[in-house]
Amino acid sequence: MTKNEKPKLAMYWSSSCGGCEVSVLNIHEKILTVDEVFDIAFFPCIADFKTKDVEAYPDGHITVCLWNGAIRNSENEEMAHLLRKKSTFMVAFGSCAYEGCIPALSNLTSKEATFNTVYKDNPTIDNPEGIIPLTSVQVPEGELTIPEFYNTVKSLDQVVDVDYYLPGCPPEPEQIWAVLQVIVGALLEGAPLPPKGSIVGASNVAVCEGCEREKSEKAIDRFYRPYEIVPEPDVCLLEQGLVCMGLATRGGCGALCPSVGIGCRGCYGPMPGVEDQGAKMLSAIASVISAGHESMEEAELEERIQTVVDTIADPAGTFYRFSMAHSLLQRAKVNGSNGKGEAA
Amino acid sequence: MSETYEPVIVGFLCNWCSYRAADLAGTARIKYAPNMRAIRVMCSGRVDPQFVMKALREGADGVMIAGCHPGECHYVNGNIKAMRRFYLLRKMLTQLGVEEERVQLIWASASEGILLAEKVDQMTEALRALGPLNWDEKVVNRSNGYKAAEVAPVLEEA
Amino acid sequence: MTEKSNSENKERVGVYVCHCGTNISKVVDVEEVARWAGEQPNVEVARDYKFMCSSLGQELIEQDIKEKGLTRVVCASCSPHMHEKTFRTACERAGLNPFLFEMTNIREHDSWITDDKVAATAKAKSLVRGSIDRVIHHEPLEQIPVEINPNTLVVGGGIAGITSALELADAGYHVYLVEREPSIGGHMAQLDKTFPTLDCSACILTPKMVDVAQHDNITLLTWSEVEKVDGYLGNFSVTVRKKARYVNEEHCTGCGICIEKCPFKEVDEVFEAGMGTRKVIYRPFPQAVPKYPVIDKENCVYFKTGKCKACEKFCPTEPNSIEFDQEDEILQIDVGNIILATGYDLFDSKRIPQYGYGKLDNVFTGLEFERMVNAAGPTDGKIVLRDKESTPKSVGIVHCVGSRDENYHKYCSKVCCMYSLKFAHLVHERIPDAEIYDFYIDMRTPGKGYEEFYNRLLEEGTHFIRGKVAEVTDAARIPEEEGKLIIQVEDTLIGKQRRIPVDMVILSSAMEARAGSKEVSQLFKMGCDFDGFFTERHPKLDPVATMTDGILIAGACQGPKDVPESVSQGAAAAARVAGLISRGTVMMEPVRASIDQEACSGCKICNNMCPFNAIIFHEDRKVSEVITALCQGCGTCVAACPSGVITGAHFTNDQLFAQIEGVLWDMSAEKASA
Repeated sequence: MTKNEKPKLAMYWSSSCGGCEVSVLNIHEKILTVDEVFDIAFFPCIADFKTKDVEAYPDGHITVCLWNGAIRNSENEEMAHLLRKKSTFMVAFGSCAYEGCIPALSNLTSKEATFNTVYKDNPTIDNPEGIIPLTSVQVPEGELTIPEFYNTVKSLDQVVDVDYYLPGCPPEPEQIWAVLQVIVGALLEGAPLPPKGSIVGASNVAVCEGCEREKSEKAIDRFYRPYEIVPEPDVCLLEQGLVCMGLATRGGCGALCPSVGIGCRGCYGPMPGVEDQGAKMLSAIASVISAGHESMEEAELEERIQTVVDTIADPAGTFYRFSMAHSLLQRAKVNGSNGKGEAA
Repeated sequence: MSETYEPVIVGFLCNWCSYRAADLAGTARIKYAPNMRAIRVMCSGRVDPQFVMKALREGADGVMIAGCHPGECHYVNGNIKAMRRFYLLRKMLTQLGVEEERVQLIWASASEGILLAEKVDQMTEALRALGPLNWDEKVVNRSNGYKAAEVAPVLEEA
Repeated sequence: MTEKSNSENKERVGVYVCHCGTNISKVVDVEEVARWAGEQPNVEVARDYKFMCSSLGQELIEQDIKEKGLTRVVCASCSPHMHEKTFRTACERAGLNPFLFEMTNIREHDSWITDDKVAATAKAKSLVRGSIDRVIHHEPLEQIPVEINPNTLVVGGGIAGITSALELADAGYHVYLVEREPSIGGHMAQLDKTFPTLDCSACILTPKMVDVAQHDNITLLTWSEVEKVDGYLGNFSVTVRKKARYVNEEHCTGCGICIEKCPFKEVDEVFEAGMGTRKVIYRPFPQAVPKYPVIDKENCVYFKTGKCKACEKFCPTEPNSIEFDQEDEILQIDVGNIILATGYDLFDSKRIPQYGYGKLDNVFTGLEFERMVNAAGPTDGKIVLRDKESTPKSVGIVHCVGSRDENYHKYCSKVCCMYSLKFAHLVHERIPDAEIYDFYIDMRTPGKGYEEFYNRLLEEGTHFIRGKVAEVTDAARIPEEEGKLIIQVEDTLIGKQRRIPVDMVILSSAMEARAGSKEVSQLFKMGCDFDGFFTERHPKLDPVATMTDGILIAGACQGPKDVPESVSQGAAAAARVAGLISRGTVMMEPVRASIDQEACSGCKICNNMCPFNAIIFHEDRKVSEVITALCQGCGTCVAACPSGVITGAHFTNDQLFAQIEGVLWDMSAEKASA
């Protein structure tokens, strides 16, 4: 980047819902400042660019690439390598890029099972011949190819080197703006950048810190699913039996979900130093199950605890809703096979 | 995998009961499967489910958590907390395709060297029947646990 | 992806592999383990040695710390419960913080459990690698000094508790003695004679009871129970409920007129074992300490109907000592140590229906017989049948009632052989022409003068029959058995079934743990075994300490014991406490939890994790904090904290994760090939 040249911004949408792009636009009129400061180098969601345009850039040409989405298929991975090469700063933008997010919940099953659900078993599907996508098909005009669908969804940093992480599903506009300001400040005024590998746009304290609900010591005798009860307005949701991940989740969002009566889903990922958000949440929540006392016989203890445990319908899906790809086990072992799809 | 598959169990033994039970099994020269690699913790209540995940991920075929019998915990009820976590963990591990035999919670008082030895033998046999877990071959590299950096606004409002 | 740079902060680890003579080396290839350890990351030096715990072995470590600048030490030898302290001290002598040491157990957990040399050597390597990887993450820690409150609480006023209290009080330290019955004395006060010397039990016990009552250093709290125990070694805070006696202890002179005048009697199930009666206002026995009576509220007619007040009317003191409106008092006591001497219960012989107790009149329990032969007892010392008149001409004494029995207690109650012999002797003494049959499985008489006592009984003409009694019945088969109790037994010395008709049967019942001992152990936060006896710290080397610092045990609450043993334990516990008090402070392990105040979100998951109430919540800052002095280091809160902001010193996540990776060093293809 020469002195008079504007820094280049890219944003790419891989395996995700697109909410992250909307979230960027949610910085409202500040988007004009972004436009003023940056040249848009690649942003398929809002402007027409082709892959070959990017391939033509010199390495490191793009100053900042905001990568949104998990690595679901071979195209995602190829693009990740390409953009990594062409970008100075690679930012894992949003939960999918950071830790797998909703797409990575399919790591609880296999590629085969996913295809069966999507293309065969779904009641709204009419597919009598049971056709499922193939990576390569011969047609009269020649060979048609589509990207390979992986068995295991990965986060961005599991395929390329990542400079910064901006968590959230999607990241909060204020946080996006703050991060952009830091980057712009560094580029224009030589302000220091956070160390490589930092999580930016988030807090080092869990969501509970910002939650206004009254918290007491916890003793839970059963859990409820959100539709089963109407929570008390000012009391900690977890204490009411609603699974709220706020205590095991990095803050920075301003405790938005709990403030409107929905338990935190955990999208900002684990706290610093926590290896596995799901396991940590499980530990905390199980610790405050009130059933069972040391004076009970083992059989009674077992039965009482099991009864409470049974009220949590889907622990893996609940506790790893956002962090499956980044979790210690990363995926489920399926059908007795080792679940190993593509080369690791 | 070679034909002579020997399962590897990581054992989290509490300082006061089960670790001493394992000591006693040795002192009494009870012969049992040398397949458990023990890690001492002060209480079964210290066993973070992350440790179980970590051990499985690093290649263990099974994990044994051993504590004092309910009502006999040196810390009154750390083992009850271990029990609550274990039941929920077992449910979640089932979803992750980890067979129930692979992660076990047992109680052994300091005088129950024989019982601990039997449990290790039984678990070793159960894992032998299940075959290796080889989780480390299933996962890709990942990085995690970064500290968030301070984010300071530096740009003036346009 | 994140490669740790080893060059900058590289630790210098010394690894020492012990042969333990041949205890380890005959199964584990220790030379190979040491050679291999030398190749592991961060290891500066690795050696094997015959006995690491010897002074030469320790010097080896000290020398390497000094000369090679070791920053961490791993010793692969026996259990840390055996020698962790030894090696920590060695490190300290050489100037290395003792917590930068880690011990690997390759003896109890490895060489002693298998003969498979290959597997044992591989396991040793894994365990050593776990320790190496762990010790890198160790941090220097300092032990925590704790001041010892010089006051002591003794719970239980039997002979063990009395001994503890007197020993400490005589040494100049204040003691609170709490007893739940109206008088101290315990089971020993119920006995007539004590074996083998046949001293009168009351004669040797009563002076000690009086000493307790008169001692300036003893606060005696009878008719009282411990309700709550908070705190830790050196600083316990104990809540005691002093039950209402309905007698003012300051005014009462113990004259006993109220007892005399009370018009109502109740069967005394406690002291007289149901053999006698007592008044509704009563002293358990004439020599009771303290001397003040107590009103049995449940059975008092005044409390039931509002009428009577005979005791009040006749009380000669001014002001009147009877206080019907007295209420339970709750006392708060601060002590540094607690000695539990809560004693035992006698096995309920009704649980063995074939022995007929409760159905056949002339089957007695040992304690009933004790009261009967006691000169101050309900029969004035006469041995009579249940009709209180007839003298038995033949008596059968049955050993091991509830002891050494798979269905009841597997253990030997230890005292029954001796007290059965004592019974036999007392019957000989009081009814010289009576035939006495003693049914035993094995005669167990180890102790000073005990075997001699047995020989004496053999000479006195007791018929000893070796065999476990199958049944006591009144169903006669032959005329000689009519009107008798028939003892059915296999005489294992002659190999025959025998039926022996007698007039009286005495069951030598087992000693068992107090009902509710489990609750008591929870109250004091220490352990009890399956039988309900409290668990000592070490069965041989530390019999009066428990796993909880500051809580000691003495007497039969730890397991069946006779009087001399209970006295020894009472004195031993007192000596232990006196030693601590005279030291003034003790150093405690720094294995403690702490909360990062900056990172705590105030979610309140941890606050009720702690059984010692060590975690407080700051309402102003909305964060939790661990009170270090209260924390016992279990780590339950560390595992529970969803934010991962509670650190458990010496058992940190980093240390344990590293150890997990270490012990599994050979399990990943990628790692093994690297």
